[in-house]
Amino acid sequence: MRVFEGLKFKRASTPIHKLDPRVKFFVSCIIFITAILFNELLPLLILFFAQLPLILIARVHREWMQSLKGASIFAVMIFIMNLIVGYTSPTFGYTISYSLAMAIRFLVLVASFSCFFLTTSPDDLGLALEQSHIPYEFCFAFTTAVRFVPVLANEAQTIVDAQRSRGLELEKGNFIKRVRNYIPILIPLIVGAIRRSLELAEAMESRAFGAKKTRTSLYSLRMKSIDYFVVIITLALFLLAVYIRMAVAIPRIEI
Amino acid sequence: MSVIKVSNLTYTYLGSEKPTLKEINLVIDKGEFVILTGPSGCGKTTFCRCFNGLIPHFYGGDLKGDVVVSGLAVRDHPTSELSQYVGFVFQNPENQLFALSVEKDVAFGLENLGLQRDEIRRRVEWALDMTEITHLRESAPYELSGGQQQRVAIASVLAMQPEVIVLDEPTSFLDPLSAKKIFEVVSRLNTELKITIILVEHRLDLAVMYANRVIVMDGGRIILSGHPREVFNSEKAYLTGVGIPKTIRLFQLLREDGIELAYVPITPDETAQLIREALKL
Amino acid sequence: MIKVENVYFTYPNGVEALRGVTVRIEDGEFVTIMGENGAGKTTLVKHFNGLLKPTRGRVEVDGIDTRDASVAELSRKVGLVFQNSDHQLFSETVEEEIAFGLRNFGFDAPTISKRVEWALNLLDLVEYRKSSPFMLSGGERKRLALASVLAWDPKIIVLDEPTIGQDYQQKVKLREFITQLNAQKRTVIVVTHDVEFVAECRPRVILMSHGEVVADGPAPRILTDYDTMTKVSLLPPQVTQIFLRLSDLNLPSNIIDIYEAKQLLSARICKAGSK
Repeated sequence: MRVFEGLKFKRASTPIHKLDPRVKFFVSCIIFITAILFNELLPLLILFFAQLPLILIARVHREWMQSLKGASIFAVMIFIMNLIVGYTSPTFGYTISYSLAMAIRFLVLVASFSCFFLTTSPDDLGLALEQSHIPYEFCFAFTTAVRFVPVLANEAQTIVDAQRSRGLELEKGNFIKRVRNYIPILIPLIVGAIRRSLELAEAMESRAFGAKKTRTSLYSLRMKSIDYFVVIITLALFLLAVYIRMAVAIPRIEI
Repeated sequence: MSVIKVSNLTYTYLGSEKPTLKEINLVIDKGEFVILTGPSGCGKTTFCRCFNGLIPHFYGGDLKGDVVVSGLAVRDHPTSELSQYVGFVFQNPENQLFALSVEKDVAFGLENLGLQRDEIRRRVEWALDMTEITHLRESAPYELSGGQQQRVAIASVLAMQPEVIVLDEPTSFLDPLSAKKIFEVVSRLNTELKITIILVEHRLDLAVMYANRVIVMDGGRIILSGHPREVFNSEKAYLTGVGIPKTIRLFQLLREDGIELAYVPITPDETAQLIREALKL
Repeated sequence: MIKVENVYFTYPNGVEALRGVTVRIEDGEFVTIMGENGAGKTTLVKHFNGLLKPTRGRVEVDGIDTRDASVAELSRKVGLVFQNSDHQLFSETVEEEIAFGLRNFGFDAPTISKRVEWALNLLDLVEYRKSSPFMLSGGERKRLALASVLAWDPKIIVLDEPTIGQDYQQKVKLREFITQLNAQKRTVIVVTHDVEFVAECRPRVILMSHGEVVADGPAPRILTDYDTMTKVSLLPPQVTQIFLRLSDLNLPSNIIDIYEAKQLLSARICKAGSK
């Protein structure tokens, strides 16, 4: 559950927040691709720690740590699995650093996308989707879903409360009983969701949804010079990484 | 100048055997503030959904007779077109706000209409101002109280500059002071902007002072229509079981004791004034 | 008896919903808890059946500290009927829905049968016994939710905003029903912001605002205090508002009932007329 805290938008006014969401997504993808380029521990560690200044500027370090904590379980699993697979290798010292590298690679991935979601409001995400020429229906479905996540979470809690007040004990019983105990929770939730979507549809119709084939928009994302600058820098660093991968011998660390 | 004209309207929901609305005839003039009330199940919610085309287009079913709104026959025009003339505010504040900020929600309808950005911005500012929520423009819906959410809903509808605004029990979930605020905002739209208001309500005590017409429905028909002072003072209204406003009830009870106040009061101020006059005798 | 002793409650997201609430509700009382949206009313009543446990302070129900009992144990005594009946309906038939709570509390089959019959009759739902709960109208669903809680006969019954969306006649029936429950020695607690409804019931009124109790007393005293009422986003009953405007005429200031109002005004006007 805690890993989800690291994906929720945190409102702030930092330079990172102000970057165009498409640029941020681009940077996250480049970090991801770069991480795949390397199997060695050293470059991956550099890639991981290089993100720290960004996190600090964006002031989202606490939430970022939460998502890493949540992801660390998987990172540990990856580490152990790679250790087991490489157990028979003659260079076991290298196996350890390789397994560590794989775990770090996973964390790099989580870290970069966590940073993206933490600094990009769902509003801006929706706009980015729209301006990327994805059909409006999908963009709308996305932002509406995000808008209703807290509402649905509340409703789920209320339903649990209401049924517990009728004597339903969710913690008791064997496995089968416990699964069945969730029926009184799921049915009102689903029925409620259906009812809610009907009401939403009515409201949408009543505000001329679908009146014109081309919608206009109150806000639009415009790339500023800083955005272009970040794109260029990112590309340059990526090309550097590619060069290093192809032409430079990376020191192997044996633990 | 009529803005809504209903002739011989009979409507049966899809899959239903009996009609929910029976042979309704009604004319509403521009600038009226109408309260639509009646016992649960009388058809008032169904009736007001005929005004913006949700019936028949969204709900299907069998619509007989004619409903003409701002000169457009509801049967022949889609809701997306009708909603430019008739705005609709629903009962549950939560389920009519889609966006992640108030501003974007108010702009939603205008974006759907494909208006230019500066026109959208102008109308959004104006609507936020008329509903007194300019200071909330950046807030997310879940950060707002129920009363504030309803004002956002009203602003979103207002921004489309309709001729009529229909409100279906908009204060159900609100406490009395918030409800009063909503009625004041809506009344201002009626008096200043001459927007025709149709308000479906049970909480008549608070709302009656703003209306110049009351329509009472029962069993799918209109059984009373007229000025609040006459309608609520009538025997028929009492028998239908609607909640007669207390000021009028007091007038009736005093009359039973032989005391005739000068006219039928609809606010505590009027009642107090009339009692003082009665005491000066 | 419910004892709330200096209770503080903060939600996991940091919102402090109750700030030092102390309240005592004796057996057989009829109490309404009123206040603006967000005042903490629902938060408070969720402490009565243990759904929430205080962050500080304690809540005792019939001598048991709520922290030492499960929600199921406490719900046996304190029946909580939630505001939105759709949050609990899930069964295939109305009968099943009513039986749900009874089964959870471990009643045997013959007792369950009997209690279901009783609840169906009490809330006028016999004709719907085999219907699906989802096919009922809004008002009928509310009655079903009430029936399903009353079925296990809790001695304390809490209703959260039972008047929302109800028309006048439905509210009259609800009022009579609540009075009946109270006459049968059940403790009845109603959370509401419907002032006219409360004025006609004349219960004890507890006003809450921002997590604190700001007033506690009989309805005629509390509902007529204009300043306190408006502070918690409520308006005094219409009748009271009329009398407030006539306060210089030496009329009593604690009138909330329309018939009482009529008596007083009739008498006064006739007296003035006969001079």
